[in-house]
Amino acid sequence: MLIFELSRPGRRATSQAPLAAPAAPAVPERFRRGSRVPLPEVSELDVVRHYTRLSQKNFSIDTHFYPLGSCTMKYNPRASNTLAMLPGFLRRHPYAPDQASQGFMACMYELQEMLMDVTGMKRVSLTPMAGAQGEFAGVAMIRAYHRSRGDEARTEIIVPDAAHGTNPATATMCGYTVREIPTDADGDVNMEALKEAVGPTTAGIMLTNPSTVGVFERRIKEIAEVVHDAGGLLYYDGANLNAILGKVRPGDMGFDVIHMNLHKTFSTPHGGGGPGAGAVGVSERLRPFVPVPVVDKQGDAYRWLTDKDLPESIGRLSAFAGNAGVLLRAYVYMRLLGREGMPRVADFSTLNANYVMARLKAKGFDLAFPNRRATHEFIVTLRRQAKENGVTAMDVAKRLLDYGFHAPTTYFPLLVPECLLLEPTETESKETLDAFVEAMGQILDEARNDPDTVKGAPYTQPNRRFDEVRAAKELDVAWSGSIREASVG
Amino acid sequence: MPFIPHTESDVREMLDAIGADSVEALFDEIPSALRVDGLRGVPPAMSEMEVTRLMEARAGEDATCLNFIGAGAYEHHIPAAVWQIATRGEFYSAYTPYQAEASQGTLQLIYEYQTMMSRLTGLPMSNASLYDGASALAEAVLMAVRANRKSKARKVLMPTSVHPAYRAVTRSIVGSQGIDLVEVPFDRASGRVDVASLSGFEGGDVTALVIPQPNFFGVMEEVDALTDWAHANGAQAIGVVNPVSLALLKAPGEWGAKGADMVVGEGQPLGAPLSSGGPYFGFMCCRKEHVRQMPGRVVGRTQDADGREGFVLTLQAREQHIRRSKATSNICTNQGLVVTAATIHMALLGPEGLERVAGTCMNNTAALVEKLKAKGFEVAFSGERFHEAAIRLGADAEQVMQRMADEGVLGGYPLGRDDPDLKDVLLLCVTETKTEADLDAYVEALETAVSSVR
Repeated sequence: MLIFELSRPGRRATSQAPLAAPAAPAVPERFRRGSRVPLPEVSELDVVRHYTRLSQKNFSIDTHFYPLGSCTMKYNPRASNTLAMLPGFLRRHPYAPDQASQGFMACMYELQEMLMDVTGMKRVSLTPMAGAQGEFAGVAMIRAYHRSRGDEARTEIIVPDAAHGTNPATATMCGYTVREIPTDADGDVNMEALKEAVGPTTAGIMLTNPSTVGVFERRIKEIAEVVHDAGGLLYYDGANLNAILGKVRPGDMGFDVIHMNLHKTFSTPHGGGGPGAGAVGVSERLRPFVPVPVVDKQGDAYRWLTDKDLPESIGRLSAFAGNAGVLLRAYVYMRLLGREGMPRVADFSTLNANYVMARLKAKGFDLAFPNRRATHEFIVTLRRQAKENGVTAMDVAKRLLDYGFHAPTTYFPLLVPECLLLEPTETESKETLDAFVEAMGQILDEARNDPDTVKGAPYTQPNRRFDEVRAAKELDVAWSGSIREASVG
Repeated sequence: MPFIPHTESDVREMLDAIGADSVEALFDEIPSALRVDGLRGVPPAMSEMEVTRLMEARAGEDATCLNFIGAGAYEHHIPAAVWQIATRGEFYSAYTPYQAEASQGTLQLIYEYQTMMSRLTGLPMSNASLYDGASALAEAVLMAVRANRKSKARKVLMPTSVHPAYRAVTRSIVGSQGIDLVEVPFDRASGRVDVASLSGFEGGDVTALVIPQPNFFGVMEEVDALTDWAHANGAQAIGVVNPVSLALLKAPGEWGAKGADMVVGEGQPLGAPLSSGGPYFGFMCCRKEHVRQMPGRVVGRTQDADGREGFVLTLQAREQHIRRSKATSNICTNQGLVVTAATIHMALLGPEGLERVAGTCMNNTAALVEKLKAKGFEVAFSGERFHEAAIRLGADAEQVMQRMADEGVLGGYPLGRDDPDLKDVLLLCVTETKTEADLDAYVEALETAVSSVR
């Protein structure tokens, strides 16, 4: 039932809007709307019940284990939400003058400082509104840097074939051509291919470390040297920062620019698909180019630096200063963990991943990189089950829903066939991990003995598997039914 | 240890299962020369109680002012139910709904949101939202260039009556994609674009025209004439609108003879708190024929294996995780949680509630303008207004705003920040949240500040 189908002419949630109907506002005829917006007419209880019921059709971290590789679905502390939603923060207008904003700006300044220390970078800008926008900012800064030196020949960005889809998409958005290089059998970047790829047209390379195949890029220093010697810069995709928090810093590895997904590593909520926050950090040579605004501290006072202070900035990426409320949540999280809590994130996310990996291996699953240490995530490949029983990674993922677990990431990275990418995160207990391993073991038995059950899953959710082809072909993105329409009164 | 449940015996058993001596041993693939020895720039841990005290002090420092600033972020009453439901864990801590069977709550809600936005704007296709209004405009410019296959010029006309931050963001985002953004001046008397001023572009190749409604100054643009001009000249018409204003103003799908081709805007007025500028959400709607050029997620209704109705993310073939370097955009997010709030907000207000909010905003602004006129202030532009007004002060608006802030009134946005010819003009906004007494307090604070600055 859609909210529109609950609508009854004349029903209202009266106290939500001004009690008195305003006098007809003086909108000239040529600008005026012809008929009322056909929104649903429902009571407050209708709304509360409808959306509460909808919420109950979701998996979420608060209700289920989410071993979703590359997404870092850890517990989102309630304190982060409560404290970011204090009235003083919610009411602050983005154009409120600095003197009326020192409390908020202090939080943002300290967040910048903490993120600089955690990443080993020399300046942080908090304004990108998501990881992909942080990536855009990062590559745009690489471009601005080369241009500022009059080096216009650099037209290529190197991207390993295991990279997130956003990496090549971003490079293209910034006007670069993408050059893919292969990954070795053990998961590291292929050095020979890299050496062959770099040259006077290389603007930079985009890397994730630990990489998207869940292993630490051991020759990172060598990679940095090769790229820097060729005049290129190194971009760090912070998707997997959780694995190395407080252990190694991208700045120390030789990276020139990094974006962080605060909604992963610093535990701000995913919110069913956003909002995120994709803060960027840069090395010394990229400091002039960061997106504005950033917070500066002069004496005891905080002030915004804009493009007037940073004339070489790549500019503005959001109307105001990014997803401030998300940034406050990350700030609270970092203060709760403190300097001693940061490396524990890496410790226990790595412990959990290696534990689940060892136990799944013992259950008979094949690992994509069996001879490597897992970082905070690892890859299982179901190539054998697909061949022998016709059970795919997608089937196993759907069957897990019936056992009460969210599916792992499937079919990413693209270079491993029939893969599941699993990231348990540090906030899950051994009991939860054990229950998950048992469920996986049962599904493996089912795959051998009763493959059709697995192929038909899920059975316990509000819906069975969907017809996605129909969704795209017979496109229905808005309800076309009608509810009462009246003229503007 | 905050948020880490492991007991000592858990750790021992887990290490045994792994076959490692210590947790430290799990990091043996990281070259030791790279290891960092402690994070001195991060303060020591605090308890929840201590952080609460800190944050309450910080939030309290930002004294609650009587706010009359709009300029792209608008103070509206948000019903209590909106964020209580939006922050339920099942919405708050859910992932992107890629596993449709386990995400029907979020997916149906987005479908309802898309329906509401389509009804507001009069255009049939809506995506699941973009980051904010400014970045949505940048994406619309890119989309128009993809959609207008007849145009080769990649030339987009951008009136300077569009929010200056939106223009800046569009420059940053489309700047390296070979798009010619041409700024078109507005008429200084009316405060809106004079269609006749576009005549210099006639006969040339124009890819798209951006049409704000109301514009940055709160003035209503001649949307019918501008839309028709765009179409007569082979250009796409991109609307940039305030969603609350659409309760009163003509839907972009009905502008001119053929309607706007696509429309974007800032969703914040639909249930997102001011919150220092974010998180908000950008909305985007378009004609049916352009839907495959639209960036961002889209939810569609379909059937499952048992023929039961349900919802999925659809048209994913446009997106980065499939198309990689050939994707329509690198975007892989929507502002899901804020969209959740907006959907609940719109459902609670309903058609009449939204109209009351919009009408009260507009009337309150007109009332304040009358009070200011009675005190001898002038309105800078003659065009009809929605809920903002540019007031000429005869004094430096930046200084006046600062003085008013010292008295606890946020008087508006000084237009001289972006336009040196408007140094004495303050852009104010009055929403439904203000009472008669608030308006009087504004007049008094403004008069005092102006006389102290003059």
